[in-house]
Amino acid sequence: MAKKVVKKKNRTKKINGFRIQFMPYSEIKNEGSTERIRKILDIAFTNSILILQGRLKPDEETRLIEDTMAMIGHVKNFKGIELAVISPHENQSPMEKLKYKIATRLSGADLGAITIIGPATVVREIKQDPKKIELLLTK
Amino acid sequence: MAMKSVKGFFKKVFANVFKNKKDIRLGFYGPPNAGKTSLANRICKDFTGEEIGSVSKVPHETRNVQFKEKVEISYKGKSMTFKMIDTPGITTRVDYEEFLKYKVKKKEAKSRAKEATQGIIESIKWLDDMDLVVIVLDSTENPYNQVNITIIGNLVARKIPVLIVANKSDLRKAKLKKIEEAFPEYDVIGISAKYGKNLDDFYDAVFKLSKKIK
Repeated sequence: MAKKVVKKKNRTKKINGFRIQFMPYSEIKNEGSTERIRKILDIAFTNSILILQGRLKPDEETRLIEDTMAMIGHVKNFKGIELAVISPHENQSPMEKLKYKIATRLSGADLGAITIIGPATVVREIKQDPKKIELLLTK
Repeated sequence: MAMKSVKGFFKKVFANVFKNKKDIRLGFYGPPNAGKTSLANRICKDFTGEEIGSVSKVPHETRNVQFKEKVEISYKGKSMTFKMIDTPGITTRVDYEEFLKYKVKKKEAKSRAKEATQGIIESIKWLDDMDLVVIVLDSTENPYNQVNITIIGNLVARKIPVLIVANKSDLRKAKLKKIEEAFPEYDVIGISAKYGKNLDDFYDAVFKLSKKIK
């Protein structure tokens, strides 16, 4: 009688189809707003989650939303992005905030912040509160 | 020199006279389904007898910027005329499949999604043209949403006064305190646009804030 070969089931599920990419701010520091946003969206189009050192300016963040909306329907399977920014100055005292502002002004960017941008097809939701950020991925 | 300062004084006086005559452009911003149109409707109905737009449980019901001109709000003996601007909800993702859950047909869902993306772009373009903005948030939802922070950041950069409204305060899940904690630098007014609850505080805050318009 032939012995049945029972394969052991792999308990950890493999998640296919996404990468995490880290980008230092120096990568976009000398670019104009249009080029910065194009670089960010190009990464989102490749199903990668981008962790960017620093943050965009407020008008660049809205421009990112505008350009994202313009690309939905034009790039195959692109349904938008999930976006979150963690900035250390949220819970600082007025004095600390002032110091942070000066440092930001001198370095030309809010380098203490981290921006997370993920394609909506990969990141279902980013749960954000002042202390933590949780990325919920699609199955 | 003296002539120049007299000229400057009259210019300032006339500018203020005409500025006061102009209607205040009051924008309603916020995420989809927070109740922007419900609140704008409530105000317009109370003071003009007409609504500004339709409301629905399906997200992105408002897909174009909607206006109501010459809305004269009278409150505690004071009166101000506003141009009400109700905007489509801003989000970073639009998926037509979300609409299918509300039994919207596929073809209609796709066209709704396309219109929604265009509406969001239109909303953002209008940020420059506001005198005062009411950010309408759903008080049952987590306020720490980057889109809310981004929109408020843009308004601050443009020096446009902001009032935060925590809508749906009648619901058991409503957490007004969480919204106050998320935006400690702003006035947060808990209201129910559906039932017209706490609108007096809302009008009071709008009238106070309109003094800060530059």
